[in-house]
Amino acid sequence: MANNKKPIIEMRSIVKRFLDVTANRNINFTLFPGEICALLGENGAGKTTLMNILFGYYSCDEGEIYIKGEKVKLSSPKDAISRGVGMIHQHFTLVPSQTVLENIIIGMDDEKGIFLDLKSARVKLLRLQERFGLKIDPEAKVWTLSIGEKQKVEILKALYRDVDILIMDEPTAVLAPSETEELFKTLKSLVREGKSVIFISHKLNEVMEISDRIIVLRNGEVMAEKKTSETNTKELANLMVGRDILERVKRKKVSLGKPVLEVNELTVLNDKGLKAVKKVNLVVRENEIVGIAGVSGNGQRELSEVLFGLREPVEGTIKINGKLLRTGSPITAIKMRIGRVPEDRIETGLMMDLSVEENMILENHISPNFHNKGLINFRNIHHFSDVLIEEYNIKTAGRNAVTKSLSGGNLQKLILSRELDGKPNLVVASQPTRGLDVGAMEYIHQRILKEKERGAAVILISEDLDEIFTISDRIMVMYEGEVMGDISIEKASREQIGLLMSGVKK
Amino acid sequence: MIGLKIIKRKPLPRWAKIIIPLCAILATLILSAIPILIARGNLWKSYYYLFYGALGTRYNLLETFVKASPLIFTGLAVAFAFRAKFWNIGAEGQLLAGALMATWVGINFTGIPKFFLLPIVIISGFIAGGIWASIPAILKTKLKVDDVVSTLLLNYVMIHIMGTLLFGPLQQPGSSWPRSSGILEAARYPMLLARSRFHLGIPLAFLAVLIIWFINNKTIFGYQSKAVGVNIKAAHFGGINTTSVILKTALISGGLAGLAGVGELCAIHYHLLMDISPGYGYSGIVIAMLGNLHPIGVLFASFFFSIVLVGAHTMSRMTGVPTYIAEVIQGMALIIMLIFLLLTEYKIRVVRK
Amino acid sequence: MISEIFSITFITGLIGATMRMATPIIFATLGEILTERSGVLNLGIEGTMLMGAMTGFLITLNSGSLLTGVIAAALVGMILSLLMAFLSVYLGLSQHVSGLGITLFSTGLAMFIYRLHFGSPIVPPTVEPFKQVAIPFLSKIPVLGPSLFTQYGLTYLSWLLIPVISVILYRTKLGLKIRTVGENPFAADTAGVNVNLTRTLSLAAGGALIGIGGAFLTLAHQNMFLIDVIGGRGWVSIAMVIFGNWDPLKGAIGAVIFGFLDGLQLRLQGLGIQVPFHVFLMIPYIITIIALVGVSRKATVPESLLKPYRREEKSG
Repeated sequence: MANNKKPIIEMRSIVKRFLDVTANRNINFTLFPGEICALLGENGAGKTTLMNILFGYYSCDEGEIYIKGEKVKLSSPKDAISRGVGMIHQHFTLVPSQTVLENIIIGMDDEKGIFLDLKSARVKLLRLQERFGLKIDPEAKVWTLSIGEKQKVEILKALYRDVDILIMDEPTAVLAPSETEELFKTLKSLVREGKSVIFISHKLNEVMEISDRIIVLRNGEVMAEKKTSETNTKELANLMVGRDILERVKRKKVSLGKPVLEVNELTVLNDKGLKAVKKVNLVVRENEIVGIAGVSGNGQRELSEVLFGLREPVEGTIKINGKLLRTGSPITAIKMRIGRVPEDRIETGLMMDLSVEENMILENHISPNFHNKGLINFRNIHHFSDVLIEEYNIKTAGRNAVTKSLSGGNLQKLILSRELDGKPNLVVASQPTRGLDVGAMEYIHQRILKEKERGAAVILISEDLDEIFTISDRIMVMYEGEVMGDISIEKASREQIGLLMSGVKK
Repeated sequence: MIGLKIIKRKPLPRWAKIIIPLCAILATLILSAIPILIARGNLWKSYYYLFYGALGTRYNLLETFVKASPLIFTGLAVAFAFRAKFWNIGAEGQLLAGALMATWVGINFTGIPKFFLLPIVIISGFIAGGIWASIPAILKTKLKVDDVVSTLLLNYVMIHIMGTLLFGPLQQPGSSWPRSSGILEAARYPMLLARSRFHLGIPLAFLAVLIIWFINNKTIFGYQSKAVGVNIKAAHFGGINTTSVILKTALISGGLAGLAGVGELCAIHYHLLMDISPGYGYSGIVIAMLGNLHPIGVLFASFFFSIVLVGAHTMSRMTGVPTYIAEVIQGMALIIMLIFLLLTEYKIRVVRK
Repeated sequence: MISEIFSITFITGLIGATMRMATPIIFATLGEILTERSGVLNLGIEGTMLMGAMTGFLITLNSGSLLTGVIAAALVGMILSLLMAFLSVYLGLSQHVSGLGITLFSTGLAMFIYRLHFGSPIVPPTVEPFKQVAIPFLSKIPVLGPSLFTQYGLTYLSWLLIPVISVILYRTKLGLKIRTVGENPFAADTAGVNVNLTRTLSLAAGGALIGIGGAFLTLAHQNMFLIDVIGGRGWVSIAMVIFGNWDPLKGAIGAVIFGFLDGLQLRLQGLGIQVPFHVFLMIPYIITIIALVGVSRKATVPESLLKPYRREEKSG
């Protein structure tokens, strides 16, 4: 519990600008010893930026930082760590091919000598594991670990460096409900042992559950600072987003059509040759959205890759409108009118250095509309892009703007415009709103609902349970390669789904 | 401790994209004073003879065009390949493949008038270069073999193939040197301007620049190869047959390099020699990069190179500065150009840490 | 002829030649492995070897000391690789382009300086090269003695470096830093490792080894400097790094195999086999390509190879 002690961290009047965006405007932030302080805000509010400044990863343009009462200038994470600040980023900072021990001791230069002292490192690590209750085999190679276990390694990595303040950036984004419980237990034990925690999140319920104090950011500014016991989710949502209601999307009930997607006994291997998808069966019909919930790493990526045409299954069949889908060929998926929204939009779906227009025509550049015997018909292409930019409200300087100048939400709109323009039979959306702010999220949900109402079959793969519950008609859960449950939205409850996500079969 | 900080800058206006490379060339010429002075050459005399030797007389000027011709071809070859991220370091070998094929055709296809034989020689040289480049392309797409290494190693293989043939079946009867018989008169490039070596290859090179520009900007294939070069994963996702694109790119790239070889054979030497190319394939790499992979850029870069190459000989004769200064200037130009191109996107700040 | 191949003299000569010809490649391969493990592909290797060869030769001729020549070659190799570090690590320019640019620049520079210093004499200048050193005891073993254990000092050094580089890479703190930077620079950065400095150090160390490899060719193997003295060995080393899956021992084995093929083709020529000698010259390169085909499918490339590292510029 936070006492009226002196703050252990003070950030005063922090300003951070990037090229054309001010991510942090005059932010004041304090952390008291022994507390769990939540930094709440939607995606893009500036939370990660602020903490990256505290961690020394970014430098601030204006403002001052005080750690344990002392004014500091942090030029790199090394400085921050030496002053007792550790940060666990959203994207794991682990080397999969190395062991847990090697990942933890990287960069530790304090002991003399040029050789790695694995023996004493192991002893120190095991002692830490005992103290904080985080048991992992030091010799295990990181690629063999589950996501929850990897997170534990990250925590141990910070503790190994004797940090007093631990910053965690959206730690529950990749955890199943049961793993989240375990994480919260760990955080409480950290506090008992005298550490302080900054918990970055956009999930209201969790913030209410675990934190002592909440600081709300919106658009780079501090909106409010509240004691958790003195506020509620409604008030926080309001502060976070600036409106009363979180989302105004309305799901309409439409009568179902014929089956569009029929997946039969599908088995897919992952990159390491292990079964990631095990004999999955599912059917999606016209006018319906099937939401596949589940924490990343349970086979969703491999399943979506097969549907995208990027990966071939080892067993099973897929039929689109009764026709067998030839797998492993993106062009076939396109010709079968599957609208594909990939999980990793930048790496897989976009050519960031090319123009908006050049990205929009990626999949249909060979359509007779756009070329004449191999010669590009620029007029048609220009018209096509302009119309789409307008229709999808993509905020950009124009069709010639370079794609990397677009914000996350607009990038996703670009992809949607490309994928949905052809009125696809089936829409496969994998983590479509990851990293996006509420406004963009809303737009995408509306769009997907529109597709369903138009007659498409939609399969939504998402880690975000709120999203699943907001727009799905039916919910399934993917766990360790198997698809469990098939519950209509009226009958589904979060507890039930949460249990399925942890592997508890009903 | 001071350090450098690289910060993204706001996009520069269009004209900057042309001015900056020109500034780089200017900076290079100025910095060339350093090696000249190290060689204890007279600075003004050196610069004067550099330019006079390349541009001062009608013959010199036309020679500059002659020397630019193979460079344009190899420069285009490399630029076209690099644009698709097919790292074709093998332009030298592909050049030789073209020359080799042209030699065989040019010696053996007797009784055909020049009007027909020339196109046959040219096309066969193009195809030979293309095929030689397709080997590493197949290795890359089907077997994941690194293209830098495979194109490079094949250069050496081709040199030795040439050596085997030139000391063997292709060797000029009665000669003890590794050189082939002379090609038929009908296979020789016509000289287009009197009292010079200005030959057919030069307008062909200009034509190639236009064709490549056209392919890059106006055709579907040009779009596809650009996409593959920018993000092959996304190109694949979007339904582009990346294997086919890389293969076609390699064929065209190798073919262009092959044409460089054909030109050297049919317009300059008339016999196939072991050292028919003084490294044009490698120069092509620098030219491609100097020209920022753009066909017009390649054209200008080729002339820059050619001026330096031709001029360096005169400069050397008159001032004693070694001819290798040409390579030094070319190398410096590349490094300076890289830095200047970087400055179009980023600012460099010196920071105190 | 078969009997000649299996004669003692032939085999002894072949083993000796194998080790001799493998030496520059071992140096260059080890140096390049260090560099690539940190995530940088140094295509300046061929030009750096040439500058190393030229510098070593020049300094030895002027100073009379072979050791000074070798040290000078190492220094020059380091400087060129630091230039590579500046372009590709600090400025973040394409590694392919920076490296090739350095090779082309160094090649021109090497010839320029050589020509400046020596002009174009009819008889090229030579140095008094290293002599082979016989290891006491071991050099008396039949067959292996006169071949394996009667080698140049630099060759013995190259063998020593194999375990040294392995230990550095796998058992020291610096090695863990290099490997982590090469696999996940973000992980290294957030753990307090200076990514750019680590890459620069790897490049510098690699460059020194590459320079020595080049100098071996003009100070031991031969005793003069010719424009094609490197003859593609830099590129072969790049292939050997891939062949050895970025491991020092395996890369060195690849280098020895190439040395074997190189030595073999020379000796087979001497036996008067009726095959044109250029065919022999081709063999090592073709086999290298075939070897690459064999390993490329399963190669575990360092994850961050070819990617410059900059702290993320996106906003929160």
